[in-house]
Amino acid sequence: MIVKEPSIGDASSSCLRQATYGLSCSRRDFLRSAAGMVLGGASPFLYAGSARTRKVIVVTFGGGARDQETFAPAGQENIPHLLKELIPQASFFTQVVNRGILGHYVATASLATGVYETLNNFSSVPPEHPTVFEYFRKDLKRPPKDAWVVAPSNGFSRIGESESRRYGPGWGAQVILPKHLLLAAMSGGTIDYEHLLRDNYETPLFAPQLGGSEFEFQQMETILKLSVGDFRSHAKTLSSPDELSVYVVQQLMQQQAPSLIWVTMHDIDVAHTGAYSLYVESVRRTDRLCAELWRIVQNNPEYAGNTTMVILPDFGRDSDEEAGGNGFQHHRTGDPSSRTTWMMALGAGVREGMIYDHPVQSTDLVPTLGSMMGFQASIAQGRPIQELF
Amino acid sequence: MLPRDLKPEQFRAYPPEARKLAVNNLRTLQQLPLSFLPNLLSEVIELDYKFPVERQRISKEMAMLGSLTPAQMQEWFGSFRDLSLSIKLEHFDWLDQPAQFVEQLSAHLWSTHQLDAFRQAAKEYGNRLQAAVAPDQPVISRLGIAIIGQGLDAYDGQLFRDLREHGTFFSHIKPENGIQQLMKGVAARAQAHPVPYAHWYVEGGQAVEHAPMLTHVSYQALEPKRIALLNKMQAEIKRPGMGPEELRTILAALQPADIGFDSQKDLVLNRFQLKLLTEGSGTQVFSTTFVQWTAREALRRAQPLTLLVRFGPRQRQRPMNELLANIDGHSEPDLVGSLVDADMGAYYNWINQQRLPGAEYSSFIAWFEGSSRAVALGPPFARGATSSATATLEELASWAVG
Repeated sequence: MIVKEPSIGDASSSCLRQATYGLSCSRRDFLRSAAGMVLGGASPFLYAGSARTRKVIVVTFGGGARDQETFAPAGQENIPHLLKELIPQASFFTQVVNRGILGHYVATASLATGVYETLNNFSSVPPEHPTVFEYFRKDLKRPPKDAWVVAPSNGFSRIGESESRRYGPGWGAQVILPKHLLLAAMSGGTIDYEHLLRDNYETPLFAPQLGGSEFEFQQMETILKLSVGDFRSHAKTLSSPDELSVYVVQQLMQQQAPSLIWVTMHDIDVAHTGAYSLYVESVRRTDRLCAELWRIVQNNPEYAGNTTMVILPDFGRDSDEEAGGNGFQHHRTGDPSSRTTWMMALGAGVREGMIYDHPVQSTDLVPTLGSMMGFQASIAQGRPIQELF
Repeated sequence: MLPRDLKPEQFRAYPPEARKLAVNNLRTLQQLPLSFLPNLLSEVIELDYKFPVERQRISKEMAMLGSLTPAQMQEWFGSFRDLSLSIKLEHFDWLDQPAQFVEQLSAHLWSTHQLDAFRQAAKEYGNRLQAAVAPDQPVISRLGIAIIGQGLDAYDGQLFRDLREHGTFFSHIKPENGIQQLMKGVAARAQAHPVPYAHWYVEGGQAVEHAPMLTHVSYQALEPKRIALLNKMQAEIKRPGMGPEELRTILAALQPADIGFDSQKDLVLNRFQLKLLTEGSGTQVFSTTFVQWTAREALRRAQPLTLLVRFGPRQRQRPMNELLANIDGHSEPDLVGSLVDADMGAYYNWINQQRLPGAEYSSFIAWFEGSSRAVALGPPFARGATSSATATLEELASWAVG
């Protein structure tokens, strides 16, 4: 019997625990020796002033990055900005386990709801449970412009708002899909730009059935205060969709200064094409963009000093040793390497140079954000990270 | 329908050999749980197009299952029976579309959080099977060769980082006629042990002269088929309501002739190559991915005694600004990127080779084409060592196979 995906593996619960602990120890040991960080026992968060003025930016370091190409010894050359610039200012969690479905949309939706969602990864459907944006806006009575998602195009258009009746329509985040803005900005010429939308690397040739529209033009001109011409010109200087996302976030911060921003990086998922060099190049780019985003925060008076940034991968990728997978290319086996990642928090209210070694789950993010910002993630499965509050 | 309801005439859509095997073992199949059986049937239904090693393995597995007592059946498949399946899955046409069922089952297991339980059950089954049906040892020790860096004159960066710790790095290889020497050695092995599909040459770039008895797969030679497949995919993608899962189902149903394979030629190899293109991600567009995936699948399925893989340059991935400017550079090769891809691909080839029976006697060589750098792994070579001995590729290969 050849077991298709899911496949023969070695991830019984106890094996998973042992393996994830091993991954976490290697990250911890490295950070303690290289970055001079301290193993933490107390809360990583300090008093951060009024929750009313607090701003939070969540960045998913995606889609799907392994230790081998990041925190393992051979991978550290790929993340110089995280290691030298961000981690010394951060509290670092070495063991974040994702026990849900390892597809990018469904996993990001799970991160955003605090519940392991089971929606179809390839469908444009809303999460079943309330999102962090709904908790934030409804509990704190925040206006629509205070919560935004900037995401790759396919599927993510519905991530801002759940189908939960308890929260109902209108309490979600507004979603910007930068590549759709791009398509709108480029339309009207003689060139076919649809290939730019091919960001679903799991099926590299598949393009989503969405196009530029009046809504995209409105977002560009009314919300981002960008003319189509300016947007187009700037896009032509960028090398990847994630660079475009960071540019859009910068504009959003300048023009709307929202309190809660969720940025989903996705370049790394080029790994599905099987080209290792492109995967590593994307890890390096994402590393650079995270540091760039943090510089943007520091240079914006609305954000400097009162912003907490949280960076975490949505999940990992299959290990080289897992017979059912093909190493870095996919995240289909559910092995410890694909389920175990890390998280760092830096900025307002965060203790610098701390390492937290205990396991946390992806679903703990939303309740933790709730504790930071002052809302109750009542339906989330996860719990606020114990040491925090 | 459930497995216990199976009847001989229901296998009429199966090819002859597959039908014969299934009907002869019907009583066994009827006793297997639905969470397991379609996985086995997805192998059985392809039996007529399988490599000899695979046919033998499936037949042995079936015979072994038939020999289990009721108590053993319960012991072997209790964990599979404990899995909860949906009515929708029970109503799926798992008999004629077992591979599609497995995809649906996979999605169900993920969404109901039963994946780990399934993995554990599958692992236990695999261990039991391996203990009950010992795999045949290869008639000679296996030899894997990966040639990387085609088209690149020089590269200063580190190579073979992952392989070096498992073998000896050679810094003074004589590169002259290296490919020919390796090809000669491969041909000699094929001649000495003329087993069907046991000696392979996989080429990602410009093919070199090789012995006709080698099983040969070439990215360039498959170009018309790749283009035909891409055109079909594009046409399907444009259809309303089409999604990635629907596309996969359509690709799974393609026959070799649909994209131009000659139906008079080697049916087994045709089918193998079709699956490389329809099941592999990135194999249609990147030569390095194609070669790595081909090697992986050849090792997993055909279990070759000899596998020589030569990576070629893949096309460059154009950055967004170039795409926006519509600069035509699509076919331009990315030589350094291809080398990095191939370096990792060589490591994966070795890992996959080591999963096969006889791994403790197997050897592996990776060489940066045209250069003095190579690494050799296997019983004759010290681990984590570096050698400055001057040697030809022919000598290195002869040391590898003892």
